[in-house]
Amino acid sequence: MRRRVLPGFGLSLGYTVTWLGLVVLLPLAALAWKASDIGTAGVLKLFTSPRTLAALKLSFGGAFLAALANVFMGLIVTWALVRCRFPGRRILDALIDLPFALPTAVAGIALTAIYAPNGWIGQWLAPLGIKVAYTPLGVLLAMVFVGFPFVVRTLQPVLQSLERDVEDAAESLGATPGQTFLRVILPPLLPTLLTGFALALARAVGEYGSVIFIAGNIPLRSEIAPLLIVQRLEEFDYATAAALGVVMLAFSLTLLVALSAWQRWTRRWAEVPA
Amino acid sequence: MMKIRIALLALSAATMSLPVVAKDVTLLNVSYDPTRELYKSLNSAFAADWKAKHGDTVTIRMSHGGSGKQARAVVDGLPADVVTLALAYDIDAIADRGLTGKDWQTRLPENASPYTSAIVFLVRKGNPKGIHDWGDLVRNGIQVVTPNPKTSGGARWNFLAAWGYALKQPGGNDDKARAFVKSLYQHVPVLDTGARGATNTFTQRGIGDVLVAWENEALLAKREPGGDQFDIVTPSVTILAEPPVAVVDKNATDHGTREVADAYLKFLYTPQAQDIEARNFYRPRSADVAAKYAAQFPDVKTFTLAEVFGDWRKAQAKFFAEGAVFDQIGPGN
Repeated sequence: MRRRVLPGFGLSLGYTVTWLGLVVLLPLAALAWKASDIGTAGVLKLFTSPRTLAALKLSFGGAFLAALANVFMGLIVTWALVRCRFPGRRILDALIDLPFALPTAVAGIALTAIYAPNGWIGQWLAPLGIKVAYTPLGVLLAMVFVGFPFVVRTLQPVLQSLERDVEDAAESLGATPGQTFLRVILPPLLPTLLTGFALALARAVGEYGSVIFIAGNIPLRSEIAPLLIVQRLEEFDYATAAALGVVMLAFSLTLLVALSAWQRWTRRWAEVPA
Repeated sequence: MMKIRIALLALSAATMSLPVVAKDVTLLNVSYDPTRELYKSLNSAFAADWKAKHGDTVTIRMSHGGSGKQARAVVDGLPADVVTLALAYDIDAIADRGLTGKDWQTRLPENASPYTSAIVFLVRKGNPKGIHDWGDLVRNGIQVVTPNPKTSGGARWNFLAAWGYALKQPGGNDDKARAFVKSLYQHVPVLDTGARGATNTFTQRGIGDVLVAWENEALLAKREPGGDQFDIVTPSVTILAEPPVAVVDKNATDHGTREVADAYLKFLYTPQAQDIEARNFYRPRSADVAAKYAAQFPDVKTFTLAEVFGDWRKAQAKFFAEGAVFDQIGPGN
């Protein structure tokens, strides 16, 4: 019989189920149970309201765009960090994690201070008619900020493990840089990029602390879905707040499952020997 | 929610199992955000007073946060002996869950509100836009900063102040008030979730021509570095904001702190405490203390919530509940 390094299957699985149950499933079940108080009619009314729809659109739409931007910029930044040697690289590498460590409210206040019409960057944008703070653009910015490390940190190890000689081989066979990138480098990175995208997206959808300070919070325009939940709580209306939470959860879950299915598909495709 | 509740239960179990040494009493005062400095002074004054009279040592712990959030924490098990919140609606919610008597507001003088404030305007230095009264806020090109009444108790007073002003104009009625307040919120570029956030937006970010604020927050902002960049404008008529206080019966009984908790809240009405409140920019109830601080608090015509709107339950249902007036006429509409 093979000896295992970690405790046997039974014990590990027991821990896994208990821990996930306590930390993830129980709170979520409580949420769903609380939400059931408002009934189907209540849910229907809630989710046909233009205000709820606008907020969900901003939260999910913003998160989607932010995740796209993060995948694009994240690829470039990770590439530079992994492939280039330059002074200060290690410091830059450590900086990436800052959005993880910073309390989100601090991040939100800092971003607002910088991008407000009288802020360091905002004062140069304002004369050009570009408003960032207190607009949906500000929401997007905060979402980019909190999601960025997810992309870099998932991409980094994969990029590190990519052998350079494959590129050299492609080049020596006459591939243009564009062809090398699209046909040699991108395919094995695609599943990881998707993982990074999904993580950044999930983080941005539920983000409250940093977004709230820069959003402006005007209904139908710059109001995010988590703020609607907070508003229901202010009215001591726990059931509606929970219902909003459940729907956001269902939305996110569907999205994540779809992404992971797509990811599996691309991985299979990436692994087909050329 | 569940996790918080469990944590709070653990916390309350820990506090209750502390050995009660004969003469040491600990109170937990759950309050709202801008009262930090105020209660720091009040607590040491009360502790000294109680020690002199009874020989016991009283320690008062504080918890600050948005008024509504604080009320929810108490409902969910935060073991507050007393609550000192921004509006009666939040204490009503605690009473609705049976944690304190529904008659809480009649147990202490002055609607159980030992100090008050008024809703005033903070404008840029020299008042360049010439803002003198509520009517000026809806002029073309004026930007008004006020927090979101859906998330901020303080902002609900602001809303009601504007509504009451419109009602009290010649020929004023509900329709006209509604039109006025709707137009007012169309001048609001940013709806912060809390009063401090709105103050920052106005003072630090340079947004807006006027901040609708509690007088104590406006006076505090003027005292901050850079506060000379602002002037306070007192409108012709405004609402008297009455932040209320109450003992949380169930917790005080469980902790055996009832007597001290009662005395603590009564202390807030004494001349000594009224003086501290005035120094922290809250309007004192005591006429003597008010006279002493007359320079700080200009005379202003005020109306109370009870006079114009009945009580907080009615005001909440009519204006701020889901789908009520604010949702119909607020910004974005």
